[in-house]
Amino acid sequence: MNYKHALMVCCSIFCGSLAFAPLASASPATDAEFAQFKSEGASKFSAEQGKQNWTKEVTSKDGDKRSCTSCHDADITKPGKHNKTKKVIDPMSPSVNPDRFTDQKKIEKWFKRNCEWAWGRECTAQEKGDFLKFLTGEK
Amino acid sequence: MTLNKTKIAALLGLALALGSGTAMAEETFWGWLGTFSHTSGVAPVKNKQYIEECGSCHFAYQPGLLPEKSWDKLLTSQALHDHFGEVADLDKDTLESLRQYVLANSADKSYYKIARKISAATEDSEAPLRITEVRYIKRKHHRIPEKMIKDNKDVKSLSYCNACHTKADDGIFKEDTVSIPNFPDYR
Repeated sequence: MNYKHALMVCCSIFCGSLAFAPLASASPATDAEFAQFKSEGASKFSAEQGKQNWTKEVTSKDGDKRSCTSCHDADITKPGKHNKTKKVIDPMSPSVNPDRFTDQKKIEKWFKRNCEWAWGRECTAQEKGDFLKFLTGEK
Repeated sequence: MTLNKTKIAALLGLALALGSGTAMAEETFWGWLGTFSHTSGVAPVKNKQYIEECGSCHFAYQPGLLPEKSWDKLLTSQALHDHFGEVADLDKDTLESLRQYVLANSADKSYYKIARKISAATEDSEAPLRITEVRYIKRKHHRIPEKMIKDNKDVKSLSYCNACHTKADDGIFKEDTVSIPNFPDYR
């Protein structure tokens, strides 16, 4: 292999990694979600805020304390367990569960259900964006 | 009273045609006749949407475990918004297609043995919303002591079918497939 070949190989590896780097974390579904949240006036999404909200406890109308971690694990790379039915819930982090956050409709469905259950109301666009930043680990 | 052969044949044909019509919901009449699994359990769930939407939170109860009127009450957008204390909202299209699948395969519509018994044991005046309120299921578990179910930390309630019924996912609830956690000697 002469030096031209080596250069071409290096070049193609470099270009290839550039092209695929964003795909490692972002998906069309999350891109569309962030765009949607922005159009609703939210901005500067913070993984740190999302992480804090993940464990934030809210007292329900039935008097019990609820949070995301009632059913999901605080460590999003670990499986959770449904509060009531004890059904195992697969990890939230796409780093160990690549199926997560690949379907926009599904993301919205669960935000709606789970925000209402845990916090007694729908989440704002800002809160959802913060959660998504935290859960996906996107920069 | 005598019926000639043509009349008998016509009646048989009619009965078959009617029978297979209702059986179409789960499979054809001939398909049903040719399988042996229906002699015990309920029809297993093959609907991917049902498994995804209902099974992500709890055991995906086979439609044959409740009569049609029960499912009819459970599967409305209003009822699902407070689904035993959980928010289980579904979009309109998803709900409609799930409703169709479940109602067409409810206990009243199924040929499987457990489904038939559940349907027959339900009083006309009632529409049980919980598995634990279904007469036939209650009766079948009547003699099992509380320590094995309610006071058993790994079971807790009859509603967790697959805690003990090791083949519940396949619609099989036969006694020899039962294994009660913390009670290895139970048979």
